[in-house]
Amino acid sequence: MAAAAASAMLDALPAPLLRSLRLKTKQQELLLRVSALALIYVLAFAVRLFSVLRYESMIHEFDPYFNYRTTLYLTEHGYAEFWNWFDSESWYPLGRVVGGTLFPGLMVTAALLHRLLRALSLAVHIREVCVLTAPFFAANTTLVAYAFGREIWDSGAGLVAAALIAVCPGYISRSVAGSYDNEGVAIFALLLTFYLFVRAVNTGSLAWALAAAFGYFYMVSAWGGYVFIINLLPLYVLVLLVTGRYSQRLYVAYNCTYVLGMLLGMQIRFVGFQHVQSGEHMAAMGVFFLLQVFFFLDWVKYMLDDVKLFKSFLRITLTCVISAGTLALGIGTASGYISPWTGRFYSLLDPTYAKDHIPIIASVSEHQPTAWSSFMFDFHILLFLFPAGLYFCFKRLSDATIFIVMYGLTSMYFAGVMVRLILVAAPAVCLISAIAVSATIKNLTTLIRTKSKSPQTTGKVTGSKAAAKGAVDQPLPFQHNAAIALLLGAFYLLSRYAIHCTWVTSEAYSSPSIVLSARGHNGGRVIFDDYREAYYWLRQNTPTDAKIMSWWDYGYQITAMGNRTVIVDNNTWNNTHIATVGRAMSSYEDEAYEIMQSLDVNYVLVVFGGVTGYSSDDINKFLWMVRIGGGVFPVIKEPDYLVNGEYRVDKGASPKMLNCLMYKLCYYRFGELTTEYGKPPGYDRVRGVEIGNKDIKLEYLEEAYTTSNWIVRIYKVKPPKNRS
Amino acid sequence: MAALRLLLLLAAATLLVVASRGDASGAGPRGRKLLVLVDDLAVRSSHSAFFGSLQARGLDLEFRLADDPKLSLHRYGQYLYDGLVLFAPSTPRFGGSVDQNAVLEFIDAGHDMILAADSSASDLIRGIATECGIEFDEDPEAMVIDHINYASTDVEGDHTLIAGDDLIQSDVILGSKKIEAPVLFRGIGHAVNPSNSLVLKVLSASPSAYSANPKTKLASPPSLTGSGISLVSIMQARNNARVLISGSLDLFSNRLLKSGVKKAGSKTRHEKAGNQQFVTETSKWVFHERGHLKAVNVAHHKVGETNEPSMYRINDDLEYSVEIYEWSGTSWKPYVADDVQIQFYMMSPYVLKNMSTDKKGLYSTSFKVPDVYGVFQFKVEYQRLGYTGVSLAKQIPVRPYRHNEYERFITSAYPYYAASFSTMGAFFIFSFAYLYHK
Repeated sequence: MAAAAASAMLDALPAPLLRSLRLKTKQQELLLRVSALALIYVLAFAVRLFSVLRYESMIHEFDPYFNYRTTLYLTEHGYAEFWNWFDSESWYPLGRVVGGTLFPGLMVTAALLHRLLRALSLAVHIREVCVLTAPFFAANTTLVAYAFGREIWDSGAGLVAAALIAVCPGYISRSVAGSYDNEGVAIFALLLTFYLFVRAVNTGSLAWALAAAFGYFYMVSAWGGYVFIINLLPLYVLVLLVTGRYSQRLYVAYNCTYVLGMLLGMQIRFVGFQHVQSGEHMAAMGVFFLLQVFFFLDWVKYMLDDVKLFKSFLRITLTCVISAGTLALGIGTASGYISPWTGRFYSLLDPTYAKDHIPIIASVSEHQPTAWSSFMFDFHILLFLFPAGLYFCFKRLSDATIFIVMYGLTSMYFAGVMVRLILVAAPAVCLISAIAVSATIKNLTTLIRTKSKSPQTTGKVTGSKAAAKGAVDQPLPFQHNAAIALLLGAFYLLSRYAIHCTWVTSEAYSSPSIVLSARGHNGGRVIFDDYREAYYWLRQNTPTDAKIMSWWDYGYQITAMGNRTVIVDNNTWNNTHIATVGRAMSSYEDEAYEIMQSLDVNYVLVVFGGVTGYSSDDINKFLWMVRIGGGVFPVIKEPDYLVNGEYRVDKGASPKMLNCLMYKLCYYRFGELTTEYGKPPGYDRVRGVEIGNKDIKLEYLEEAYTTSNWIVRIYKVKPPKNRS
Repeated sequence: MAALRLLLLLAAATLLVVASRGDASGAGPRGRKLLVLVDDLAVRSSHSAFFGSLQARGLDLEFRLADDPKLSLHRYGQYLYDGLVLFAPSTPRFGGSVDQNAVLEFIDAGHDMILAADSSASDLIRGIATECGIEFDEDPEAMVIDHINYASTDVEGDHTLIAGDDLIQSDVILGSKKIEAPVLFRGIGHAVNPSNSLVLKVLSASPSAYSANPKTKLASPPSLTGSGISLVSIMQARNNARVLISGSLDLFSNRLLKSGVKKAGSKTRHEKAGNQQFVTETSKWVFHERGHLKAVNVAHHKVGETNEPSMYRINDDLEYSVEIYEWSGTSWKPYVADDVQIQFYMMSPYVLKNMSTDKKGLYSTSFKVPDVYGVFQFKVEYQRLGYTGVSLAKQIPVRPYRHNEYERFITSAYPYYAASFSTMGAFFIFSFAYLYHK
């Protein structure tokens, strides 16, 4: 009835008005584009909320707890206090100058968002802001991806890129709600900087270059990954110089971005003078000087008409400049003014470096080389579309496509070196794949359209490409159908991608890792909330100045949730201190007691998965403690803990292993417990063996608390004996 | 209603009583109520001189048989006594709820004890002694024999009544008046556990002593010989509980307290043995009438300020002070020494300094915070022979400079300031000239 009435109304309207309501093609396209982008924006935000819906609004993992704690401090005490914050609760007794050892971008962003929401009289807690910061920035990233895609190809590619990056698992893994980490905003900043720089190169405009410098500043303030930018930009400039694509636009863009970006970057306390003093930043400076030389030579060439004269001038200048540069670098390095490359940087260039030299980097699971399966897991069809996109880029080479190709190739290499750097590659892969998808679909649809039109318009086609294709493909009889089939295939692939991404997000990337879940016997979800149980126990039952010793992984969580002082935490700035803890954990109890006394330790916390089958526990991490401890204190030797190079905890384990502190603390009273039906008591479900030392007596420590599923065990260090 | 009021009144009265008791005992470091456990109530009269001297000093003694079935050291989580005199060497087990662990817990809760054994020492007594770092000779028949330094009153001739004069050199433990006469001792010897640093020999045997059964011939070399044998030892636990262990109950008896003594081979004869003075002075020490230090009013602040900050900055100048008093038996007197040290400690002492005293108990010093940030501790570790340990530790974080605490302009950087400003000016002039020239 209502519909009929409405149509009657429409009919009753005067004809001109109706015509004005109808949209022109261009407007239609704009409407479509805007609504598609809006949907993508909402999708990118919504797909990251699985964890909030499934668990609760909470901070995930390890590092985010530190970020959360600092953000809380920032909102409570203001920026000046935050900047000067000396934290005496971590790294006891050394303390940590928090304000000078973090990238404040994330915290400041969240605090500003919080203040904005408050100003809009939305009374939200800072925790909710922190939880939702990463999804919010992921949604913003889609907009940047759209703009970037439009800049390097066309708006169609931009739209596809936005859609791809909205759900790309490689990016989602670090930006789900609750994953309140630097990377959450840094990827946005990274892509924004690249977009603005490419835009500056394309336009040659100072304004865009300035914008790129500010984008770079935001990136520097947010994440240590800015080193990637400061190395990729000069590399890109160098490639353009070599390929003879040097232009005034490039000169303006790079110089302005570099000089201003460098000056702005220096304002971040943690970065300081690294832009002029650290080896990692020297490439950018070198290229900056090179560009000046290039410009100067260009000018001389313009002034000098004589080619021969110019050539000899060129030779002299180049020799002088190169020798001066090398000399400066040599003197700088020798005098210690320019610091050499850091271990992290080396380990990126040479994947085997960390394994041999820096166990503390190699021990982190996200620093491991990437397996093929995780590439497939995180990129899915993008992995196949990426080379196709590269092909299209090479076919239509421009300054912008060269940039995206270089970004794609370098970041792919780094993604292969370290698992966590898949994140950096994700935007590039999405953009390049988007070019492939967009170009292919465009070609196919043009083909379908021209084919269907051709009988009527007597083969008159628009667009030279389609014409060329049409001309070549003319003899094929099923071309139209094949094009439709291919198009359907592409849509099928894309829909599989969407399904895969949603599944991965829901299954793999939305667990907070502080609350564990498993499937019970009847298929129901079992929640293990042991971590928080333990941290709340610490908070409620220990003296406020108690010092907790644990492996560094849990440091941030203990300070943030347990509000107690820790010896070491996830900010692994002092290797010796961590090695001391590693040494204590791998020593006999009496030796460990001395170390613990010297560090005023009151409680020891270990994570144990033998009851639940939680595999990332301290026994599995133990060899790294031995290696890191042994790296500083040679009394700790890895072979002492192994039997014929094999790591075991059962009866065949080495005596040192069976009696070291970590073993004792993990397996104390475990020998009395039956974990699985039909297995002897003391059966470790992670290692799948019956433990070798069931009769553990503790002399200097006593059990203080063990959580309901035995995941976290806390021991109290006894005071020295009263009578001896 | 009335019942409730009565109850309240009663509670208030009890509180008052408790409070006043607390006050009375709070004057000194220890309460005055002692439990004396004996094998046989005859000990009460045979050792009355010793007990008399304790009572004369205001100690409140309660005598009980060691196997009294109603024996208990605490009730409702409160200890009933402040000290223990264990003159029951042969008792195989205590009555009531008391056992070896109860006695050790009593000590670990900060109470003092005098334990005397003799040749009939039971496993229980030996066990308590072992837990306090003292090993009695394992041979149950053994006694300390000294064929050279025996007391000439020892007529029987087995030379088990020893005239010991190898005393520890400490005015705090043995009083300022030197004990002239030898101390008579008849009982078992013990060795001090070498790994236990808290035990001290107060009365050692002479090099010619050995521990063996006096009634039989020596079949094998004695396990304890010479000055390795301790006759009377003391142990001051980490919580300052003091324990005196003697291998001889007779040492405290009226007979030996009052008898004269002449050391074999010595010409001088003392009218009275040193026992009287020895047991009085050592019991004063054990029950904290001497050698007890207390540290109060720990204060630290920046020079020129009085409030205690929650955090210092590197290179701050600070003042630290503490008052140390010594209990003289009747009142707290200022403790005077020149070797009380303060440490400013983070894993190792960054500052280690003697504090100066005003002779009225106040120790103070001032120093500059080192140029290192971190969580430091003010530590006073003062352990002296005979005195209770003073160990103070106070945590204090030291932060680096704030952003606005640095010098705003550095003199040596003036050339750089000049360079940058002149460049800016020159650039402006150059641009102006370039743009508007012609």
